[in-house]
Amino acid sequence: MLKKDLGLLILILVVSATVAFINPRFLLPINLSNTMNLIGLYGIFSIGVGLVIITGGIELSVGSMFALLGVIFVDLLSTYEVNWALASLIIVITGLILGALHGFLVTRMGLQPFIVTLCGLLIYRGVARFYTEDATAGFPFGVTYPALQWLTTGRTLGIPHSFIAFIIIAIVMGIVLHRSVFGRYLFAVGKNEEAARYSGIRTKRVISSAYIICGGLAGLAALFLTLYTRSISPATHGNFYELYAIAAAVLGGCSLRGGEGSMLGIVLGTILLQVLQNLVNLLGIPSSLNFAVIGAVILFGVLADQQITRHGGLTQFFRRRPVPQAIPEKQG
Amino acid sequence: MADPFLELIDISKSYPGVIALKGVTLSVAPGEVIGLVGENGAGKSTLMRILGGVAAPDHGGLRIDGNERAAMTIDAAGKAGIAFVHQELNLFDNLDVAANVFIGREPRKAPPLRLLDTEAMRQRTAPLLKKLGADFTPASPVADLSLAQRQLVEIAKALSFDARLVILDEPTSSLTVTETNRLLKIIADLKAAGVSVIFISHRLQEVERCADRVIVLRDGRKVGELTGAEIEHEAMIRLMIGRDLKSLYIPPKAPPGAEALALTQLRTSAFPDKTVDLTVREGEILGLAGLVGSGRTEVARVVFGIDKQTGGEIRLKGEPVRIAEPREAIARGIFLVPEDRKQFGLLLDVSISQNISLPDLASYANAWLIKPAQEDANAERQKRRLNIKTPNVGVVAGALSGGNQQKVVLAKWLSMKPRIIIFDEPTRGVDVGAKQEIYELMRALSDSGVAILMISSDMEEVIGVSDRIAVMHEGRISGLLERSRFSEDNVLRLAVGRPLY
Repeated sequence: MLKKDLGLLILILVVSATVAFINPRFLLPINLSNTMNLIGLYGIFSIGVGLVIITGGIELSVGSMFALLGVIFVDLLSTYEVNWALASLIIVITGLILGALHGFLVTRMGLQPFIVTLCGLLIYRGVARFYTEDATAGFPFGVTYPALQWLTTGRTLGIPHSFIAFIIIAIVMGIVLHRSVFGRYLFAVGKNEEAARYSGIRTKRVISSAYIICGGLAGLAALFLTLYTRSISPATHGNFYELYAIAAAVLGGCSLRGGEGSMLGIVLGTILLQVLQNLVNLLGIPSSLNFAVIGAVILFGVLADQQITRHGGLTQFFRRRPVPQAIPEKQG
Repeated sequence: MADPFLELIDISKSYPGVIALKGVTLSVAPGEVIGLVGENGAGKSTLMRILGGVAAPDHGGLRIDGNERAAMTIDAAGKAGIAFVHQELNLFDNLDVAANVFIGREPRKAPPLRLLDTEAMRQRTAPLLKKLGADFTPASPVADLSLAQRQLVEIAKALSFDARLVILDEPTSSLTVTETNRLLKIIADLKAAGVSVIFISHRLQEVERCADRVIVLRDGRKVGELTGAEIEHEAMIRLMIGRDLKSLYIPPKAPPGAEALALTQLRTSAFPDKTVDLTVREGEILGLAGLVGSGRTEVARVVFGIDKQTGGEIRLKGEPVRIAEPREAIARGIFLVPEDRKQFGLLLDVSISQNISLPDLASYANAWLIKPAQEDANAERQKRRLNIKTPNVGVVAGALSGGNQQKVVLAKWLSMKPRIIIFDEPTRGVDVGAKQEIYELMRALSDSGVAILMISSDMEEVIGVSDRIAVMHEGRISGLLERSRFSEDNVLRLAVGRPLY
């Protein structure tokens, strides 16, 4: 565990303890279970966005993808009465295709990731609204999909399935990111794409893969979110969710310059964000202040991390890998 | 010679774990050209940092125009007329020449808006450029200028401050022969105008040609001072390294074997109407000489699959191949040690161990999962084999010195099965000791049957290390020299496109 992750864990525990102390309802099973559900919902796509950020890219369109994929999903199930498993598969595949498209535009057309995914954000939202003529898409009254609902919104031993899915994905992707050859390549292209290419890495493929994985996880998250809200208003569904994902990744130690980050960090970042949301609710802070609180915490967290890193201190203490030897003098 | 206007007296400076300078005294008289030489790490940079006010000495002091002071400040250095032209030029290539000369102190128009007075900037820049004999105008965008021209902009900037002392740090390392000659002429002009120059260079011939006095630093101490006729290549080297430089050439154990790499009518995008024909044999070191910009690196990039091959044929052991990306080159045992290792060779903030395993990760992995212990074990082996100076292989590559970084780049390839290694400027920024180790390694590789293509702009290296030399001029091979015909004169003639006698 890196010192960044440890710091984040401590922060989560402190915030949780404070909230629990002020408002004991924090510890009620129902509250914990709800918070876990939200952590799961947001976490699934935050992992994807985190991977993209580690390659030095950015993904801004996931929130709009949820609206577009959500209305399609509802339509497939209710209007076309497609089997739920098939419909779910179609949604995930559509997510993968959108991710592949982003990857293609970034690596083969040489466009900047910010621009590609910003256009995605605008286009998917617009198409979603057009698709339903701006009306809310919902499941017909009285129709249920027991298996699908159990899978996405059900609980086992009180633990929401969205959270379980998140943890499984985090473990798998954590192994991929930190132990596999592909994961090493993700970091390498994020650190120095040219040097990676000179080492024989197919950098375009690696970067595209990150967008594809992100798209796939966004597709999966879209299923959970749709069943969670049960209706999709295409103008607002998933608004700002991409920013939650970026915030979680950044809080978790991902650098927007690429090449840095950890799966544990992304997981903890997601947890911290949801605990903060919960804090706003439980402490009776006006919900209009929601964004302000989250923004302030991220700012504080990143600032503290910078200061600690710059001035040594905790860094030296918790650092696991050997401290680089300073070079006394520049060459020349 | 006139009395010195600037003196550094008995300067010492240490950093944690190293003594960078010990009792160094240096005086500068008006119109004097001082050569400052020494190996990497000898203390030249530290001395210049103290002179520029960037670092304060632990001991000793300075005297400027007779006034003593304990340390220089950046401000005082500017006021005293000390101007630096750095090795890495600090220009904004999105601005024009005049804007660069006046950056940070731009003339303004009248209040209230105080907009930039571009006209005034250009008018005041023009005479400086004229003085330097520049072939560009104050309005030229810096992006369009060559490296040599950019250097002139830096010098013009220095002159615009009414500099009394211009410090040139490795000014000729990337210049062509003609450009270097012109720079030396400008130094002579500055001297005639009463401006002093400190010329820091590894290129001793140039120091020999322009310096009135040479100061040699070694391990932070001034080990010698040469004046007039004493300024001579051999003498400087003896002082720098404290011993005579032994001959670089290590003869091969066996005559070269079969053709390993052959290029026929190869075209690169840099010189679309020129073709390259070149053969490298197993067990030989083929030097590829030529001026900067003659197309040598472009050939390497095509062979390694970085750039597209626009025509011609590449044959490996007689078999035609197409190489579309580095991955394919690497799979065939063609490796490149790039010129700019910080940009292309290494991941600077990744450990030595992970840098070494990067091109061949799959062989350190079992079912896609990397075994870090195997990576470290191999890195340790390479560390011992190449004598990489580091406490352990978990240290990030960026923390190493130039020579050790280059060894890490080499270790990447030596962990695999090399057939052809292309070295692009193998010892740039590498100190003398590590240089020799790298040359010995190159010979050991070639003796084991590897074909080596060595691109080098360092004349001593090309002549001292190669078994044969191919010389490039404007995108084509202008000549091929066997060892018996090696001479600086021959290489230079071919490099500038003139015939041999």
